[in-house]
Amino acid sequence: MPGSVAIVGVGQTDHRSHRPDVNGREMIYEAVQRALLDCELSINHIDAIIIGNMDHFESINYVDTWSVEGSGAIMKPIMKVSTGGTTGASVAIAAYYHVASGLFDRVLAIGWEKNSESDTTGAIITCSDPVWDRFSYSGAIPSLATEASAYMNQYGVTQEDAARVTVRDRGNAVNNPHAHLRKPVSIHEVLASPMLAYPIKLLDICPRSDGAAAVIFASDGIAQRITPRPAWIKACSVRHTYTWFGDVDYKQGLVSLQRASAEAYLRAGIKSPADELDVAELYLPYSYAGLKWIEDLGFCARGEGAGFVEDGHTDIAGKIPVNPSGGVLSANCIGATALLRVGEAALQVMGKAGPRQIPDVKQALATGFGGCFWSDVLILGSGRP
Amino acid sequence: MVSTELGYDQLLSIAFSVPMPYEWSVGVYGSLFFHEIMNHNRFLGVRCPDCNKVYMPPRRLCGPCFKELDELVVLPNEGTIEAFSIVNYPFVDPNTGEQRPIPYTYGYIRIDGADTIFSHIINETDTRLIQVGMKVKAVFREKELMQGNVQDIKHFEIVNP
Ligand SMILES: [Zn+2]
Repeated sequence: MPGSVAIVGVGQTDHRSHRPDVNGREMIYEAVQRALLDCELSINHIDAIIIGNMDHFESINYVDTWSVEGSGAIMKPIMKVSTGGTTGASVAIAAYYHVASGLFDRVLAIGWEKNSESDTTGAIITCSDPVWDRFSYSGAIPSLATEASAYMNQYGVTQEDAARVTVRDRGNAVNNPHAHLRKPVSIHEVLASPMLAYPIKLLDICPRSDGAAAVIFASDGIAQRITPRPAWIKACSVRHTYTWFGDVDYKQGLVSLQRASAEAYLRAGIKSPADELDVAELYLPYSYAGLKWIEDLGFCARGEGAGFVEDGHTDIAGKIPVNPSGGVLSANCIGATALLRVGEAALQVMGKAGPRQIPDVKQALATGFGGCFWSDVLILGSGRP
Repeated sequence: MVSTELGYDQLLSIAFSVPMPYEWSVGVYGSLFFHEIMNHNRFLGVRCPDCNKVYMPPRRLCGPCFKELDELVVLPNEGTIEAFSIVNYPFVDPNTGEQRPIPYTYGYIRIDGADTIFSHIINETDTRLIQVGMKVKAVFREKELMQGNVQDIKHFEIVNP
């Protein structure tokens, strides 16, 4: 049986489009220092470190070695975990495994990215198969755009339906001092923004951000001594499915998220997620995902995502508030992005989310998305499992 | 004492823009696929004996079944658009170091008889004239110009109903 594990500290940088004032390890240090301050620990209390970012994005490999001054890993066990877009959630889940195993009591998870240091589209293209896919592939945007085109065709969803997701997330970001984009936008502005790859326009897609996140996990007995209200890990689930873009069957929905969330709900004893979860921090890299993927999460039935969002159920005061932080559409430092979802969900459970706090959160959902339509799911709660 | 204060416009960065060459193996099944295009202007797929799925292009392994595959099947050069996007933003292609010409249509095409989708270019960039579900046909390069890679298919074109 795994031991119970809780998140006790969360730190993040103030995410920006470009941080020429710091190199990677200095930016990592900022997030680590904030996480340690958050739970009043020193780096000497940390037993092991998991770190991750997008392979080859900054063209400096082996981040586990070169970042040690910033991560605090000198003379400690550290390992790199890198799974594409899901990296941040994988880093969190690996930290959970470390503590749940009973071998480590306090483990630091770090995700980071300096998107400004490379051509993100060029870097992402190199994740596609060089013989088959790379010639026509053009980075993350069109692979999401194709998904959107199939979804629109299947359920009659419109560009305006999707725009409501951007309006919601960008509106929420006003309350998050760490977000990269904090200016609200209107449906009209989303629809009028330049078409990047039909049907995705500039304001339908996440920004490129520089930033880092750090989250501290602790074991049962120690967590309660660090903080009076830790965020307990109730379930986590990983479904990494395909590697060929052409293996995805769009008509089935996002199958990896369906399977991962079903397993996590089962472990957490959740039967009606929209009713039982108090908040969700979802890795929604583009607006259409905020319609389609909430169906895969079981918030509403297939084909009903657009109506569910339009009716306000995912707003701050709605049935299941989604992305009070502003989400990925407001800040996207890729290797940190999914860890930010976990950290923000933890802050909600711990009651420390400041102006973006949802009242009385007992149960929170966090997701990661990446790879070739891969999904990670975590459920955090206020009660020790 | 030297101050640590520095203006934003005085922050320095170092650029790297040197090409780094690689060489990727196409493998037996991939090589057979390209030879079939060069010799017969048609496609090859491979069937998994366990799940019966036909993969196109052919591959040696079925992931879900964790099984080696060897039943190659000949497939036509026609299929259906499953999804598409019209790429309209400029970017540098890491394969060539050059800007990829835009706009172009990135298409997910299900070749008739295949269970997986093939990604390639469709020569229609007008959103009013392209839809999910339309039939498309491969247009191949002239035989003497073929090189044994995915660009031996020039593009797919919409077949008028
Ligand atoms: Zn099979």
